[in-house]
Amino acid sequence: MTFQSLDSSPAVSVEVPPGAAILRRGVATAQNVLRRYGLLAGFLAVWQIGSTQGWINPTVFPPLDAILSALWQGLTSGALLDDIAISLQRSGIAFTAAVGLAIPLGLFMGQIRAVEQALDPILQFFRQTSALALYPVFILLLGLGEASKVFVIFWATLFPILLATIGGVKEVDRKLIEMAATFGASRTTIFRRVVLPASVPSIFVGLRLSATTALLLLIAAEMIGANKGLGFQVMNAQYNFQIPQMFAAILLLAALGLTANALLVTLQRRLCRWADLTH
Amino acid sequence: MGVVQDNRRGEVTVRDLSKSFALNGQRLNVLRNLHLEIRSGEALAIVGPSGCGKTTLLRILAGLDLPDTGDVLIDGHPVQGVGTERAIIFQEPRLLPWLTVLGNVAFGLTVRGVTPSEAETRARHYIRLVGLADFEAAYPRQLSGGMAQRVGIARALTVQPEILLLDEPLGALDAMTKLTMQEELARIWREERVTMVLVTHDLEEAIYLADRVLVLPRDKASGPRLIDIDLPRPRDRSESRFVMMRKRLMAEFGLH
Repeated sequence: MTFQSLDSSPAVSVEVPPGAAILRRGVATAQNVLRRYGLLAGFLAVWQIGSTQGWINPTVFPPLDAILSALWQGLTSGALLDDIAISLQRSGIAFTAAVGLAIPLGLFMGQIRAVEQALDPILQFFRQTSALALYPVFILLLGLGEASKVFVIFWATLFPILLATIGGVKEVDRKLIEMAATFGASRTTIFRRVVLPASVPSIFVGLRLSATTALLLLIAAEMIGANKGLGFQVMNAQYNFQIPQMFAAILLLAALGLTANALLVTLQRRLCRWADLTH
Repeated sequence: MGVVQDNRRGEVTVRDLSKSFALNGQRLNVLRNLHLEIRSGEALAIVGPSGCGKTTLLRILAGLDLPDTGDVLIDGHPVQGVGTERAIIFQEPRLLPWLTVLGNVAFGLTVRGVTPSEAETRARHYIRLVGLADFEAAYPRQLSGGMAQRVGIARALTVQPEILLLDEPLGALDAMTKLTMQEELARIWREERVTMVLVTHDLEEAIYLADRVLVLPRDKASGPRLIDIDLPRPRDRSESRFVMMRKRLMAEFGLH
């Protein structure tokens, strides 16, 4: 009996038509997608149905199709493209400048104890001072133009990267440095071959934190004193009661944030493949 | 004269070496007026209770720490810092997690400016020697403790040192792996003909691997003792002379 049933089971699986196997795999994928995005889809469905059925106020929460068509119109007419470009330019310049300054400075400061100790209190003080609170100061210094906007984003993104880099360098395992030294590695070789690679994961933590901060500050800066940009569009649409347009700009900002994060995660995976490996 | 020069490869002379540490405001003499001659190609084990200064002595030999007084000569030249004729194997493998096994083993050569292709060729030889040929492309995270330590050993051998300094290299391994690794070390030492200085707290390991055992007591009044292990190789742990030697060494520490 047992042997028979053992014999029959592979026969059964052979008899399964290929269509059923594809179907089963399709069901498994669908279950995965549902587990991951089911809640989000449900939320969007409730929004759409609730808005059209009048459960929620459609003037404040317009139906999703209205938002998407507003987004489509804004993109095809080119009205929103200008805003996207200027927003990307502001946050891009600021973020790049912050990365370009903070990583080399952090690597240097983390290496030399005296420099780090001398600069740490002032860094902590600046870090705890909200960049938004300093925005009026930057406006006084640099005017209401692009410079003050870029600078406030630069200021806010500088510190997470700087502190993460310093932390990464300081936390490099001394035993690895000693090991490299026993093989006759010079200070610069140790820096290049041990300290720098060991700090990369920590630097990425700072980069991802800063990317989020950059978008946050971008919107705030554009809401306060701008006539272009996605942050301005959110504010402007609200003043003019163009609620679908407002949500369209918000949606674009969210997409921008997700894209920036995805780019950094991909880069991190590339550079730190070793850190992801498990048994 | 030339013959004499040749015989001095990997020879260590320790002269009147003293080292003390400050502990809670008191001077703690870890090593006092130590004299020691390590012959070329010899395997010397240093044993003793914790705090007896065995690791301190090894770190001074490695050039990682400085003695208070006295000096260390290698092949007649005083030691100044780390040197290319010595390689150290630590208790932890100390592998760079972002390099593969091959990259880690070649590391010692590449930091000295050897071209990557040549370094890798030489590294592959020693990876085979420690039995990890199939794991060249693996990252340290994917290795077991014993395998990781083998990588550390291969990395030290790849720079072809005259003197191999081992600081409790098998201390963190489980009992089974440890036995296998002791056999491997005995084989590697025989094949590579290096001077080997091994710090250990495992008396059996000392007898199994060493030509001589330096016993460092914690009580500095009694002074260090050198014991010859005059047993044929490869050694057999269950042989009566081996067992006798273990008893004698244990008696040195008041153990029975």
